[in-house]
Amino acid sequence: MSESLTRAVRWDTVVGALLVVLLLVSFGFVDGFGNALNLSFLIGNTLPIALIALPMTLLVVCGEIDLSVASTAGLSGAVLGRLWNEGMAIETIIPLCLLLGVVCGLVNGLLVTRLGLPSLAVTIGTLAAYRGIAQIVLGSDAVTDFPSSYLDFASGRLGTTFLPQAFLPFLVLLALAVVVLHATPFGRSLFAVGASEEAARFAGIRVRRTKLALFVATGFMSSLTGVFWALHYASARYDNATGLELSVVAAVLLGGIDFDGGKGTLGGAVAGVFLLGALQNVMSLLNVSAQSQTVVTGVLLVVSVLGPRVARRITVARVGRRASPTATS
Amino acid sequence: MPKPSLRRTCAALAAGTSLALALTACSGTTKNDVKNDNNAAATAGKADPHAVTKKGLTVGFLPKQVNNPYFTVADRGGEKALTGLGSTYKEVGPSSATDTAGQVSYVNTLTQQQVNGIAVSAQDPGALCTALKQAMKNGIKVVTYDSDTSPGCRNAFVSQASAEDLGRTEVRLLAQQIGYRGEIAILSAAQTATNQNTWIGYMKDELKDPTYRNVRLVKIAYGNDDAQQSFQQTQGLLQEHPDLKGIISPTTVGIKAAAQYLSGSKYRGKVRLTGLGTPDDLRKYVKNGTVDAFELWDPARLGDLAARTVVALASGQITGRAGETFQADGTTYTIGKDGVINLGKPTVFDAKNIDQFNF
Repeated sequence: MSESLTRAVRWDTVVGALLVVLLLVSFGFVDGFGNALNLSFLIGNTLPIALIALPMTLLVVCGEIDLSVASTAGLSGAVLGRLWNEGMAIETIIPLCLLLGVVCGLVNGLLVTRLGLPSLAVTIGTLAAYRGIAQIVLGSDAVTDFPSSYLDFASGRLGTTFLPQAFLPFLVLLALAVVVLHATPFGRSLFAVGASEEAARFAGIRVRRTKLALFVATGFMSSLTGVFWALHYASARYDNATGLELSVVAAVLLGGIDFDGGKGTLGGAVAGVFLLGALQNVMSLLNVSAQSQTVVTGVLLVVSVLGPRVARRITVARVGRRASPTATS
Repeated sequence: MPKPSLRRTCAALAAGTSLALALTACSGTTKNDVKNDNNAAATAGKADPHAVTKKGLTVGFLPKQVNNPYFTVADRGGEKALTGLGSTYKEVGPSSATDTAGQVSYVNTLTQQQVNGIAVSAQDPGALCTALKQAMKNGIKVVTYDSDTSPGCRNAFVSQASAEDLGRTEVRLLAQQIGYRGEIAILSAAQTATNQNTWIGYMKDELKDPTYRNVRLVKIAYGNDDAQQSFQQTQGLLQEHPDLKGIISPTTVGIKAAAQYLSGSKYRGKVRLTGLGTPDDLRKYVKNGTVDAFELWDPARLGDLAARTVVALASGQITGRAGETFQADGTTYTIGKDGVINLGKPTVFDAKNIDQFNF
């Protein structure tokens, strides 16, 4: 098998192809899928996952994970609602919420890098803690009376096109993340850290600082998502975005980012995010119940962890048969 | 990529935030600037009370939560009504009663599927507004039932019972049971629960009537809609007021916990309990003599009326304006202020009729 062909059957390419196939089939066979309004619903509902998936991809590539993202988003929404109720201007509240996200990320990052704790354990802890604080901050209130210009931005679309207004800022963030991960020394260093932390350290990469920066970025994006969520659904509650971390992790893994670190592309992650989003939209249109949708997501998650590994085994076996023991990717 | 030190990052953040704060200190959009533009019920066109009832409509029911026994009964009432009218029923909804985002996307899905009407029990008065307005813009008739949105986000609201009716009838029910004499207490949910406090307000007002001159309200306890807390509050009430004759608990969680406590204590049959509860929760306490009678609206009738209201709207018999009337299953309903339609007096459940209900 030629080098280029081996590259072409990488998992993230497969996911991208699956997305295209799903979209084509849905355009053709699912009633109400192809019109602009529905596509804007699809993208709008998927944006929260997409936004957090950007820093999460970088984090998983360097071998860490953050499960507190949905709680951070919920906390940021709760603070937004509380301060709004207190009569503060929304232009002041939003930067404060984003700052709060940075602090949440900083706490996660410091616990992981300074105390050397596993990020899975740390962020399961802060998952509960941040959600608890959110409940203390806002109680069981639901704040909905935000200014309509903000609500319209978060849920409106560009004219009569299928693009939500909030999609353009996302594209900018996506471009930024792609450049950082795939076109800078910093991005290369993430892969190195993910592949072997020890080796990376010997190569002069400041591992702790790199990880800390990623946790902070993840916290920031989570709080941004929290603000977007509260405005998009016109509802700031302490339990906003509950369970979103699982969708993000599922989408990122589905996109071929290796859970052990060191492998993956943002293109794959974004394809994974929108594959999940489109599937959910299609299932809703076809009246598949919420419970069955959860099952489908779960099965996909398992497949996405297995898939790349199986694919790699096959590649390795093929390469091995051609008696070239060094090439493995 | 250069990596500024942690200290420098913090400094930059602090500077950025203070700048943002300074920039917005004098101007900005606050809660006070936002006027509620959702105060009038959405109406369109002119009503023709003699219009033919349309058949072949599709109406989507969107409860707060699917597989919740209360909504299952309500929605089945809607299904029965729609089938009888020659239309199609479907039900969608989130599996959690606080999944606002889920409800929004279900409204969007129904809009997408171009149903003729939506009957929705809103988890949140404001969150569904954008989505529901979009639905109405696409020609879909929107009726809320059980739990309303702001009036501007739907065509009509089918109210299970007026707050006044609920408050006053609970006092009447208990007073009858204790012979219009003795100390009574209220076991509510949270101290901040708006609906509970409205009902309690009407209860206090009803107690001012001379008929109740020998009835004294001694305490309002709060069980926070938590079974264990409500249980303990009931216990506390009876220790504190040994002469207590009756308790009103206008919450389904509270009344069940209170019944559980009374049933196992020496007060069973001596201290009367009434309030809002479901027949399934209280059946055994009615049978063992702990509870004489309690009330709630009949959710099946609520769903039935919601379905008929959607059909009347879609047929053009009503538009949602105050004063319009329409026929539903032989009864004439009049639309009140802000498009509110009242189901009627609450249903009282006692040993005689409780076995006819199953929710």
